[in-house]
Order: sequence, then structure tokens, then C-alpha cells
Amino acid sequence: MVPGDLRYTKEHEWVRVDGDEAVVGITQFAADQLGDIVFVELPAVGKALAAHATFGVVESVKAVSDLFAPLAGEVSGTNDALGNAPELVNSDPYGEGWMLRIRLADAGAVEALLDAAAYEQLVAEG
Amino acid sequence: MPYGPHAADDRARMLETIGIDSVDALFADIPEGLRAGPLHLDEPEPELLLAGRLQALAGRNRVDLASFLGAGAYRHWTPAVVDQMLLRGEWYTAYTPYQPEVSQGTLQSIYEYQSLLAELTGLDVVSASHYDGGAATAEAALMTCRQTKRDRLLVSRAVHPHYRATLGTYADGAGLTVDELPLVADGPDAGTTDLAALERLLAEKDRPVAGVVAAQPNVLGLLEAMPEIGRLAHAAGALFVSVIEPVSLAVLAPPAEYGADIACGEGQPLGIPLGYGGPYLGIVACTDPLVRQIPGRLVGMTQDLDGKRAFVMTMRAREQDIRREKAASNICTNQALLALAASIYLSAIGPHGLRDVAATGASRATELERALAAAGAPRVHTGPYLNELVVRVPDALAVHARLLDRGVLAGIPTADLLPDEPSLADGLLVCATEVTTSAEIERFAAALADELAGTAIGGVA
Amino acid sequence: MSVVGEKLQQTIFERSAPGRGGGKIPHPPADALDRIPAGALRATPAALPELAEPDVTRHFVNLSALNYSVDTGFYPLGSCTMKYNPKLNEWAARLPGFANLHPLAPDATSQGTLQLLWELEGMLAEISGMDAVTLQPAAGAHGELTGILMIRAYHRSRGDLARDEVLVPDSSHGTNPATATMAGFRTITIPSAPDGGVDIEAFTAALGPRTAAIMITNPSTLGLFERRIGELLEATHAAGALAYMDGANLNAIMGRFRPGEAGFDVMHFNTHKTFSTPHGGGGPGAGPVGVRKVLEPFLPAPRVIREDDGTFRLETAGERPTTIGRVRSFFGSTGVLVRAYAYIRAHGGSGLREVSDDAVLAANYLRARLRDTYTVPFDRPCKHEFVCSAAEIKHRTGVRTLDIAKRLIDKGYHPPTIYFPLTVEEAMLIEPTETESLETLDAFADTMIEIAREAETDPEIVKSAPHVAPVRRLDEATAARQPNLRWRGMTGAQAPCPD
Repeated sequence: MVPGDLRYTKEHEWVRVDGDEAVVGITQFAADQLGDIVFVELPAVGKALAAHATFGVVESVKAVSDLFAPLAGEVSGTNDALGNAPELVNSDPYGEGWMLRIRLADAGAVEALLDAAAYEQLVAEG
Repeated sequence: MPYGPHAADDRARMLETIGIDSVDALFADIPEGLRAGPLHLDEPEPELLLAGRLQALAGRNRVDLASFLGAGAYRHWTPAVVDQMLLRGEWYTAYTPYQPEVSQGTLQSIYEYQSLLAELTGLDVVSASHYDGGAATAEAALMTCRQTKRDRLLVSRAVHPHYRATLGTYADGAGLTVDELPLVADGPDAGTTDLAALERLLAEKDRPVAGVVAAQPNVLGLLEAMPEIGRLAHAAGALFVSVIEPVSLAVLAPPAEYGADIACGEGQPLGIPLGYGGPYLGIVACTDPLVRQIPGRLVGMTQDLDGKRAFVMTMRAREQDIRREKAASNICTNQALLALAASIYLSAIGPHGLRDVAATGASRATELERALAAAGAPRVHTGPYLNELVVRVPDALAVHARLLDRGVLAGIPTADLLPDEPSLADGLLVCATEVTTSAEIERFAAALADELAGTAIGGVA
Repeated sequence: MSVVGEKLQQTIFERSAPGRGGGKIPHPPADALDRIPAGALRATPAALPELAEPDVTRHFVNLSALNYSVDTGFYPLGSCTMKYNPKLNEWAARLPGFANLHPLAPDATSQGTLQLLWELEGMLAEISGMDAVTLQPAAGAHGELTGILMIRAYHRSRGDLARDEVLVPDSSHGTNPATATMAGFRTITIPSAPDGGVDIEAFTAALGPRTAAIMITNPSTLGLFERRIGELLEATHAAGALAYMDGANLNAIMGRFRPGEAGFDVMHFNTHKTFSTPHGGGGPGAGPVGVRKVLEPFLPAPRVIREDDGTFRLETAGERPTTIGRVRSFFGSTGVLVRAYAYIRAHGGSGLREVSDDAVLAANYLRARLRDTYTVPFDRPCKHEFVCSAAEIKHRTGVRTLDIAKRLIDKGYHPPTIYFPLTVEEAMLIEPTETESLETLDAFADTMIEIAREAETDPEIVKSAPHVAPVRRLDEATAARQPNLRWRGMTGAQAPCPD
């Protein structure tokens, strides 16, 4: 069961709204699909992101996946802990394994994202 | 079929199990209009006859000459143990080590190769190898563009012309600009990269440079001011790529000592036969921060379930089978067997031996320089060199051909190797290594003196 | 200091001790380097290991014993064509006339090699139905890059600069899209049809004025011949694009289908697959490229030319300005090409057709023997390889393709290709080749069936395999997170030379 208080994208990212910022990561489903995560490439703080633009890459032993910005805005923070401990994405994807903070261009755009139920349905169908 | 395993009714039994009458049924899905006719090739040759044919072909090559030819591929003595090891089927008929549990031999040998080259270059990360020196240089240059996100390269004209040509082909594909650095024309630095020109080109603010590429020794055998080139490159935010020759690294300052970010070059001198150009060994090494940009395979040390040491290909997500169109390079192969040859060579020759190889080459080259000068062909340049040098010979192309008739392969005319350097129209690039004998040098010098005397008397001086 | 299991070897660095080894080269005079400025010399010697020759020999012999190899046993690796590597070829490549020839030696001294290379080009052209061949590329991927760069040069020569896309099927080798990127193209990936083949309609819809090329493997990476290949090639040319064939699977079709004749414009060969040159633990291979007339002007330089008097020479610089240039230092991986030449001459045309016949027969035989135990997704004859799936076994028992592969190691086999192509779940791609006896094929099939039974009755033993290999399953995650790519603490010559 995915956390009910978060929003989700088709690309298996989650979003937690925090004022005019959003915290972004990938879901447990995505992490499980990838396997043991070995490296996460994140953008520089200050970089402007368009919605759906690639903001980075997550690598596992046997796979690689692009990371897509769920919402437009400016990167206001990245999780530096992932540099030494990328495995946090596997063990705590919604908590310590967070990836990015974005200062949102339009906080209202969150409404268009999937809620927990819709995301779970997507995963079940997929 | 010479290697076919099937006894008389093996094929019939297989057809029966499949449930068909003839193997043709398995090709029925090839559209009729596209089916091939018989292949027009010569009849199959049994081993005895084929061996005779191959021997005859090999016999038509002249490899018995007194050779002073270098220019990117070098004659060295390979200790006999190297080939004896390479002939073991477990080495040469093994596949890429994708299943590490049954490939620890190959994996450990590549890790050892990476470590040996790391020690020689002083750089921490060495790939499991690239195709050859030219391709390695091309991909090293491309690394600088990816890392800096700039699209302009500066390449010294003293880098081997074939490496520059290969780099040009790759750069064209990637949509990058390559500008060449001229050579100093006269004076003590003649034949080396023009640092003033480098500084000027780096200063063009609207055309930032990703990487500066220079060779040590350079293609003319000369030693360059590598620390200075590195300094200038870094001051402009560019990366510094050094093209190296591995045996020379036993005595010359390694790339890490003069600030190179990436080193590349040809590993053929490390126990690999001349073989008319291949297969060879492309060396690529870099500093730690660039590890994610390095193309090709990397082998790392790890543990198995029982906590025992083991080796495995690692950081695989960079490679083409996983990254596909986003891969840094399309390279799939590494020259594994040649990397193994280099490891066995370095293990057998040892650090003192490698120093001796480099230093003996230098010593023979000094002898060669003196002998040729006495014969009427002095050095063109005055700067320091290790074991390769250019001597001035009037009408060099014709003299080279006549020396060949006398059994001497007098290096390569610089007019042939570097047709775009008119200042080198009358030169021979010659080389000496630890296998060059005094007798060969005397023979070369005597024949040359003869030719030059003949030219002076009979022809246009 | 890591624990070395009893089956592994210490590294050469751990075996090193000061004073060992030497004696290969006489010493130079003490002043050999005096003329070189101190600033250009190493401040400290390279700390390379010191070993005596007996230790070197034991080290590399014992390491080799940790490898599986074709000379050891069966390697049913789909897409790799692990056929026998003939020993005559090793002898031939080592003939001093071939091995000691310098790549810049004057043409007059290289006639034997030049003739061999020229003849080899002709043989490859005949086998593939192409008009001309380059032997320069050092590997299949290198050949792909060469071919795609030639296609690019072709379009530019016609002023057709809008073509910036390359179409590839989703079942393609990863090298195909990676090559397209290196050549400055965008890759458009086309999903496969349900029958496993290329989706002709989807391809045709994607073809257009921006298409430079399509890249197709035929037979496909599923081992299936593209029945509608004629249609696809016509549509490609009608759109003004060219067709590249990835020749990895050529072992299936020699004497049955000639790509150039059928309409492909360019293809690469993998000599280390189809033509028996050894894999060497990951290389060297060679990736010659064949082209039809339309691309001949763009071939890498220099080409080998046969003069009217029967002698051979290399093209001179600037002789053919339309060339894409060089893709490597010298002419090619000649030592590898000598082996391929010997292989082709040993077989002749009739022999090569038999090679393909037997390769396809063996694959279909194994497919028939395994289809009741493993899911074979495509209900039609395969070519030289077939894909089967352990998806059903996984759903029933939890045992995956990876586990089956590792258990095969316990039984003395190298696993087949796993998890490729990406389009089949829990895929195993099996390619026996033509040099395996019926006894070997049967023993392998029996073992695969036995492991499937183990998955039902004793899944744990499969999931924890291998048990008898020199090492057990590895921690690949830590290897990637904290890479250890070189030995630290080199032990070597800090002391002066003892003698």
C-alpha cells in the first residue's frame, strides 16, 4: 500500500507537497523493479525544470532509468545522502530515500497528479 | 565440413525428433524471391593444403629487414612465457565474463591489468581496454565534451596523424569541432606544440574548449612541455588528455604527475605482435571524478556470499546493453586477450626489466643518431627525445626506397606520415628499441652514407 | 585485506617480493638517460610487481583454470555463436610473416598480407551479396558505427540534411541505438509484433523524410527470420532511407540468404561469431562491414587495391576524398582476419552452407526437446537460436531464469544468454552452434529438464546455486556502489636493480 498522503505520476515518482515546495522520490514499486540501486544522478540546485523533463538518472546493478520532473519549478534541494548510500532508495523510498525538492512554479498543478488509489490501480493494471 | 561433429545418422535422428523430413523445411520461411543460390567461393581446403597456402602468403611478406620503423607500433622482445600462456584454451576460447562465477580467471586478469596501467599512468581508473590507440584517443576526447558540456577540442598536430584522423571521424559523428594546434617551426622547441597558439585558442571566450589533446612523446619522438599544456588547459576550464606510450612510462613522468585528466594510447608495445596493425590494445585511463564517463568495461573487486574475494564487471549501467541510446559509447568488446598479454608481459619483464627496455631503447637511439649524423643525416630537431627521432635526408622518399632494396627499412619518410607538414618534407622518422642491434645500426648508416654519396655525385643535391 | 577462497589465486601484487624476476633484457649503460632533462623523467619508479618466471607461469595457468571456455565445454549463448575455434587458425596467425609485419611497412614488403586481406574482402562480399567490404572495424559495434557514419555521409553528399532519425526494433542489441547516438542520430524504437517479428506497419508508419536508416537484425534477436523483410526494405528505400543489417546472426543463413542481394545496403560481420575467431575473454574480435555500390565511395580509407599486374597496394592519402576517413590507427585487426580467412577457406561455399544448416538443425532440435518443459513463445521454426521462458516456472515455484542459469553452472555448463531480448519475460536465448555433437545436445537438454524438476521439488537448491563454482553469487551492488577498480598498495621496485 502506498502512502495515502502523497501524489504520484505514471513514471512512478511520488510527490509530497510542503508549502510552495514539493519533495520528490520514486515509489517502492519502481525501486523493486530496478533492483539494488547503486547510483543516483541528480541536478544542481537552482536548475529550472519543466514538467515531464528528465531531471536525473537512477542506476541499479542491471538497469537504468530516467527520472522525470512531476511538476515545473526550480530545484531547491537534493538529497546528498544518496551519494554515499544510494540503497536508501530501496530501503526507505518515501522517507530517507527522497531525491529532490522543487520550488513549484504552480502549486495548483499537484491536483492533476494521481492520488494513491489511482496509482495503485495503475500498478495493478501494468 | 572440417569441424562438424555429426556421425552418419545424427542428422536423421534430429530431423525425426523435430518432425520434419529435411533441413530445407527450416528455411521455408525465407521468401522464395530472396533465397540465395550457391556461394561462389573456392572449394574447401583440407588442413594440409590450407596450411601450405597460408605459409606461402606469409612467406611473401618481408619481415627479415633491418627495421627502424616505429611511428605508433614498435618492435620489442616479448618473453616466451607470454605466448605460452595465451595459447591456453581457457584464456582465448573463453567468452566475456558475464557469468562471473565461471570467469574469475578473465576477471582477475583484467583487474590486474587495470591496476598495472593505473600504476604506470598514475591515474586511478583504467578501463578494461579499447580497440587501439587511435580509437582510444577519439573516445578520450569525446569524454571531455560530455564532462564539460562543451563541444570544441584542441588537438596538437604532434599527435599521431592516424589518431587525429580517427578522432576527426568520431568527432564528426558527434557534431564536435576539432581545431589543430600548430607546431613550433624553429629553435629549441621546434617540432613541439606551439604553446602561444594554444593560449590564444583557449582565450577565445565565445568558443570554450572541452579538451586539449597532446602526446608524450609526440609523433616526432620529441618530449613536450606537458605540465605547461595542462596548466593552460585547466586555466581555461578545459580537460587535459595525454596520449602516452606505455613502455616509456617506466622512465618518463606519468600523466598524473603533469596534471592530465585522461590518458590514452596504444598498448601494443606491451607484449603484442606488430601484426600489420592489429589486434591491438587501446589504453584509456582517467581521474576518479571522470569514472562515470569512461567508455567500456570496468572490473571491480567484491565478495561472494561466503565473504570470499571475487571479481566482477561493475558499473555496467553505463554500457550499451543497459543504457542503449543513452550510453556514453556503443563499445561492447574489450581487447581482453591483449590486456592479458600486457599483464603477462609486465609480470614477466618486471619493473627493472621495463626500465631496461625503455633505457636501452634510448641508448640505442643515441647510437643511431650519431651513426646517421656521421653518415650525413643529422637530426632535424634539437629538443630532447626518448628513442624516436627525425633525421634530415635530402630526397628522403627515393633514398628510403633504395635503402629498402638494400634490406634496410629506414623508418618512414615524414613526407609520407605527415604530408601536411611541409617543413618535414625531407626527413625520415626512425626509431630504436632494445631489439635494435649495433650491427643493424652500422648497416643502416653505411648504406645511407653510400646513397647520399651517390646522390651528391650523380644527381640533384 | 580480503579473504581469498581456496580456489582463487592471490593477485600478482600479493605474490610480489623485491629482488624476484628479471633476466629478460641486458642492462643498458648507466648514462642511457643522461641526455633527457630531469623534469621529464619519473621522480619515483613505477611500483610494478616483481615475480620470478615460475611464479608468473603458475599464476596465469592457475587463473586460466578458473575460466569456463569453449575448449572446456558447451556454451549455448544465444547471439554469441560460441562455435569451436580451430587450432590451425592460431598457428596461421602466429606465422612470423604475418605476426612480425609492421602496419606502416611499404606495400612492396607486405604483398602476402595485402593479398590475404583483398581475398578476404571478396569472400565476405560473396557470402553477403554485397559489392565491397572494409576490414577496418575492430568489433561489431565498431562496424555498426562505421556503417551508420557511411549512411550519414551518403545523405549529406546528396544534400539531404533533414534525416536525423534511425529506426530500430525494441528487440535490437543495445549497440544499435548506442551507435545511432554516437553518429549524431536520434533513435526511434519500434515495438515488435506479437509474432516476435518486426512490426512492418509500425515501421512503415515511422518511415519518412527524417529517416536516415533502419537497423535490423535478421534473423532477429529471437532467432526468427523476418518473413516480410522484402516489404520492409522496399518501404525503407521508398522513403529515401537506407537499410543496415546487424550481422550478428549470420551463422543462421549462409548459403540461404544474402543480405545485399535481398536489398540491405550495408551490414557488419562479427568474425568472432560467424567465422570462429576466438572470443578471448571479451575480445579481440573484428567487425568488417559490407556495402552495396551506393555506399562504396564512403568506405574508410585506406582500401587495399589490386593492380593490373596482380600486385597489391594501399590507397594513398587523399586518393578517395569521399571516404569517411579512418576509424582506427591502422588497416585492421589483421591477426583476427587471418583466422577468419583460414576458416572460410577451410569450408568453402558448400561448407559454409552446411554450417548454417547444422546450426539451424541443432537449435530446432533443442527447441523440440525443451518445449514441453519451458515456454517457447513463438510457434514456428527458429533459426540458429531460440528463446524460451521460465516465466511459468517462476510463477509456480519462485525459481527464476537467473537461478536456472546459476544451477547450470553446478551441472558443468555455461548458462545461455539470459534476460535478452528484453521483449520476453524471464528469457533464455539458446544457441548451440553447429560444432556440438548430438550427445552434447541431449545431455544439455536432459540437464535443463532436470533443473526444471528441481525447481518443483527442491527450489532452494536452485535459488542458492551455484554451489560448486570457484565463487558463489557475488555482491554486485557493493561492487557498483563502492567501486574497487585497482589494487592499492602496489609492491614493487622501490629499490635499485639488484644486479
